[in-house]
Amino acid sequence: MNTLSGAEILIECWKKEGVRVVFGYPGAATIDIHHHLEVSGLRFVLCRHEQAAVHAADGYARFTGRPGVVLVTSGPGATNTITGLAGANMDSVPVIVFSGQVSRLLIGNDAFQEVDIVGVSRPVTKHNYLVLSTEELAPTVKEAFYVAASGRPGAVLVDLPKDVINGRAEFRYPRKVDLRAYQPHLAPHPKQVAKVADLLKKARKPLVYAGGGVISSGAGEELLKLAELLEIPVTNTLMGLGGFPGTHRLSLGMLGMHGLYRANMAVQMADIILAVGARFDDRVTGAIDHFAPEAVIIHIDVDTTSIHKVVDVDVPLVADARQALLAVLESLGPAPEFERGSRAEWLGQIDAWNKEAPLDYDRGQTAGIKPQMVIESLYRLTKGKAVVVTEVGQHQMWAAQYYLFDSPRQFITSGGLGVMGFGLPAALGVLVDNPDATVIDVAGDGSILMNIQELTTAVQDNLPVKVAILNNGCLGMVRQWQQLFYDARYAATVLQTGPDFVKLAEAFGAKGFRATRPDEVDKVVERALAEPGPVLMDFHVLPHELVYPMVPGGKALDEMILEKMPEPSS
Amino acid sequence: METPSDSHQRHTLSLLVDNRPGVLARVATLVSGRGYNIESLSVSETMDPAVSLITLIVSGSPRIVSQIVKQLRKLINVIKVSDLAEVDYVERQLVIVRVRAQNGHREEIMRLCEIFRGKVIDVSNKTYTIEITGGQDKIRAALNLLSEFGIEEQVSTGLTAMPRSFQPSRK
Repeated sequence: MNTLSGAEILIECWKKEGVRVVFGYPGAATIDIHHHLEVSGLRFVLCRHEQAAVHAADGYARFTGRPGVVLVTSGPGATNTITGLAGANMDSVPVIVFSGQVSRLLIGNDAFQEVDIVGVSRPVTKHNYLVLSTEELAPTVKEAFYVAASGRPGAVLVDLPKDVINGRAEFRYPRKVDLRAYQPHLAPHPKQVAKVADLLKKARKPLVYAGGGVISSGAGEELLKLAELLEIPVTNTLMGLGGFPGTHRLSLGMLGMHGLYRANMAVQMADIILAVGARFDDRVTGAIDHFAPEAVIIHIDVDTTSIHKVVDVDVPLVADARQALLAVLESLGPAPEFERGSRAEWLGQIDAWNKEAPLDYDRGQTAGIKPQMVIESLYRLTKGKAVVVTEVGQHQMWAAQYYLFDSPRQFITSGGLGVMGFGLPAALGVLVDNPDATVIDVAGDGSILMNIQELTTAVQDNLPVKVAILNNGCLGMVRQWQQLFYDARYAATVLQTGPDFVKLAEAFGAKGFRATRPDEVDKVVERALAEPGPVLMDFHVLPHELVYPMVPGGKALDEMILEKMPEPSS
Repeated sequence: METPSDSHQRHTLSLLVDNRPGVLARVATLVSGRGYNIESLSVSETMDPAVSLITLIVSGSPRIVSQIVKQLRKLINVIKVSDLAEVDYVERQLVIVRVRAQNGHREEIMRLCEIFRGKVIDVSNKTYTIEITGGQDKIRAALNLLSEFGIEEQVSTGLTAMPRSFQPSRK
């Protein structure tokens, strides 16, 4: 019988799944896999921390739509992946972590670098596996890829005992997976589809609230068609930005805690809300009892548990977002009758809200750099075409507000879990498959230090990431809450001794540029974009700038705090 | 905002699951990770050796229980979840109870035991140890009556349940 070792089988499985790149960090438990991987023709990207390796695979997956693959060793190698797994899982990203494990006989013995990673990762993965024999390896890997990428995608961990990796078995890759307990529901129910179409036709003040599901199911085109067909304005969640063109006349921008005034007002006044691939996150809805009080809510989601979880939905439609929108479009036909007359009034009302309180900041101040100005400069000088990745905090919100994303997968951010340190490695994951793209990691001076070691990976693998640090000398988002709601007592949020980021970049072998005056911003961005390699831009921005609009915790979406409160309309 | 302490109604959930290591842990983690207590649990093989039956009882508002049910259905190893509150079903639980049985009480305890179709499975000068099987109401009633004589010890299995084969149409 022609047998292969477990390590060889694993690599063959990866090839069958179309894997081209693996992110990770080696160790004793995975040395055999690396031994074969090195000559397999697959690319291995050595990140400098396992958490970063998962974020890199996550960025890769979000950008390409294909599962991201990670290989780490047992014990600490495995536990370091937890934040990455949790983040990917919450944002419905297919990421598969393969972790080394001690030999089966040693499991449970407190062996060196042993940890029950299947137990530890259970609540933060969609599913996980401990492979108990070399024969089981190939079918398990097949299943892992299927589970990670199908239905509502998510994170999966496969734990590989060392003797399973060293054992031998015949390699047979199953053609398909048959899981009796797991059958994702993708096709929309025709009766529900008809109801949705009917409601949309009757709507006088309709609104689409589109989330990340539009992007992961590839429903961008269908959404655009539907919006244009019925003249429905669209607001996006943080995860959904780019799923509808940000420069489109029907785009209202982001909604929620830091959403645009017009978007949040539209939610509160709409008579029909079509939620697509979104899950009514608390950062989106504000006070739930006051959310969209006028609206009949239609909810399209592939995940049944999202339906009725937060709000009572009037018309649920459990299906893949793209298939659902296609079915709705078909049901509507090419020229449906709809409430055309009322639409001008509704869009005019939204326009009036935007005039009342447009997304803007005080541009008169010239003493220092406004952080929003940096995002606008990046937008202008990349012609709106860059892939923007972010860390988590104020800079993330400004990036979401001021960079207009016209394409799906153009904005990559840690939404659900909100992981500081996500951006730099995720940006590298994007670049791995797309070395010619302009990829910008918008960062804060707090977040960037959480995975700064990945500058080494960028330099070593020649991944020309452009990091733009909005350096305000503090942990801005927490500080913002302290300023507004905690008597300006800046507990634990002042970063006085931050490093010299230019020198730091140089120490890593990257380039570092600094801007301290408004007139230097464009120059620094231009220089960074002209550099062929990785660059760290250090923008010293005004420290007291706050993210507006803001819906304070427990308030309704129409109770926003604005930088300039609008004149009460008569 | 509903919190775990707003328990409203007990729901008996019946789960068919893959008979594999770790599946019970997944189910338990899912319920406990949301702050809910499993009040009763029983696990056994079914006629299909690849499938196990888990019967568990949780309390919560309809919304919470329906969310738990949906989350359970999402687990890769969970084949089927039924909330038996939605159907007619039979349930059984077994308790073993050691009752103080002084002279003068022994006859009456035996009579109670008979009424509840219990069985004395161990005897001493001062105690009877009785086995009782039944639904939760019957067991509660039996224990309530026996407690008047003094219960020294008591153990119980989890509840197990099955829908009735005939389901009268319900509104």
